[in-house]
Amino acid sequence: MSAASPRTTPYLLTAPGVLFFVALLGFPMVMTFVLSLHSYDFNTGIQSDWTLANYADVLGDSYFHKIFGRTFGLGLLVTLICVLIGVPEAYVLSRLSSGWRSVFLLVVLGPLLISVVVRTLGWALFFGGNGILTMTAQALGFGDEPVSLMFTFAGMTIALVHVLVPFMVISVWASLQKIDPQSEDAGLSLGASKFTVLRRITLPQAMPGILSGSIIVFALTASAFATPAIIGGRRMKVVATAAYDEYLSTLNWPLGATIAVLLLLANIVIILSFNKVIEQRYAKVFE
Amino acid sequence: MVSFLKFESLKKEFGNFVAVSDMSLGVERGEFISLLGPSGCGKTTTLQMVAGLLTPTSGRIMLDGKDITNTAPNKRGLGIVFQSYALFPHMTATENVAFGLEMRGVGKADRLARANAALEQVRLAQFAERYPKDMSGGQRQRVALARALVIEPPVLLLDEPLSNLDAKLREEMRIELRLLQQDIGVTTILVTHDQEEALSMSDRIVVMQRGEVSQIAAPLDLYERPTNTFVSDFVGKTNLLSGHVSAPNKVSVNGTAIDVDTASAGVGSQVTLSVRPEKLRLSDDATSQEVRIDAAIFLGSSWLYRVTGEMGELFITQPNTGSAGYSNGDIAHLSWPAGSITLFEDAVS
Repeated sequence: MSAASPRTTPYLLTAPGVLFFVALLGFPMVMTFVLSLHSYDFNTGIQSDWTLANYADVLGDSYFHKIFGRTFGLGLLVTLICVLIGVPEAYVLSRLSSGWRSVFLLVVLGPLLISVVVRTLGWALFFGGNGILTMTAQALGFGDEPVSLMFTFAGMTIALVHVLVPFMVISVWASLQKIDPQSEDAGLSLGASKFTVLRRITLPQAMPGILSGSIIVFALTASAFATPAIIGGRRMKVVATAAYDEYLSTLNWPLGATIAVLLLLANIVIILSFNKVIEQRYAKVFE
Repeated sequence: MVSFLKFESLKKEFGNFVAVSDMSLGVERGEFISLLGPSGCGKTTTLQMVAGLLTPTSGRIMLDGKDITNTAPNKRGLGIVFQSYALFPHMTATENVAFGLEMRGVGKADRLARANAALEQVRLAQFAERYPKDMSGGQRQRVALARALVIEPPVLLLDEPLSNLDAKLREEMRIELRLLQQDIGVTTILVTHDQEEALSMSDRIVVMQRGEVSQIAAPLDLYERPTNTFVSDFVGKTNLLSGHVSAPNKVSVNGTAIDVDTASAGVGSQVTLSVRPEKLRLSDDATSQEVRIDAAIFLGSSWLYRVTGEMGELFITQPNTGSAGYSNGDIAHLSWPAGSITLFEDAVS
């Protein structure tokens, strides 16, 4: 190492991390992209030709349009509900005394300690035709028909919100922590009601946290696999489960790879443009 | 005569901790009052009770004849400048200043005009459209001041408003703030731990210690006639000497008899003498007591000496007259004008 000049040292120090990402993230992604450029024959398997036919297939097929539409619709809805639940939750959390805050922070983050598959199976038991939901509905006299949210959009939404709300809470909470508490006192002293202070002083300052939390929740929803697979099943396919089915049921790997690449591209475009809007809006206000 | 703003036996306890105990004070209309004391003396707690951000445990606050003790902070209409300035980071300077007017239902054109006039008053007209992030500490401080004043509050509360500024700017702002306050005539309460700030700006100073009022006096009175050792030590610099009354109007310090008005202190009682460094004189007049210069520090406008003599160790400041001062190890002679020593019957705190 003594021979390393100061200019090469940073490269040497970052090399292990870079190699790790190249091997475990970069390489598989390039492989997936290359795979998506080959065609597939049901009798002879993956061909060695180069074609954009898979992309044309996906982009031109209303079946896939519906799946992509459902995925991003689900992403928007889950994000919206996470904002509506997570922002008040984070606000209440920031107002608790430090002892209670630790307790409730653990309650909020607790679900993250349990595997998403286990949690989703829990929801499946709850939603199923002879699950707790049905039993409760019947006990309350809502009729004898089983009430099932399995394989429904609503069921997927509820389960995903449950999984993703902690990310919103953490993000909003972090930005609430940065607010000068005296700025709220200043609002009060200038004659604003407590609600006006919340709406005009606190909420705008928490906005960067709400927006970055939204990006996280949206990205995780759009690429979510376990929850849509278990709750949505084959009846309510999203992009991730559609790609999975192409790989493992149809064995059409190139088509599956194409779907995966398109999901990645769509996610990148949506998130980068959202991020750009946020930066333009807030760079001049917050440091 | 009833004071404009009146604290009647104000008390605030946090659990077992008494932050402010039995504070009474009358503030006249247009008066500039400083609450001065070390951290934890209860000055900020008092200010927050006036602002309505804390509720007193007992006692009353009267403003212009009305009891405001339990009035919500947003109904008091007081102007507050916070230590951190507490500007709204997502609003421009103008929007910050106009916020209070908006809350009072002032129309948009009118409130923008008044906000800009207020910014002009604090000489920030050209920064109206800037966000707080793009302003210096001094500019933010003045936006906070404009925001507090634009609502024409009956009382202006200043919570250590200058403590985050550098020394030079702080001195400029003292003068600016005081002139502005006198110009507008707004009743003002300043909380500070900086005795120079309190001395230079106030009509009267309330010195607080451990939740209690130690002394209330005009700046010159407070400096020249402190009523206890805490005030004499906290306000300005002083030499405190322990001794005992050896005879009427004689106090013995380390065996040296000093002439001082012993007032009610009986012969034999322990007392503390306080003498300001600038009241002591060093000369070559051999009739007075001898001291040795231990340290000589040049401060520009003055010299600061640490000397040792019969009375023990003393600090002395002498104005710089342009000639060389004493050097370490020099022998000089110490004297002081009559009446420059204050006697306290309490021990050094």
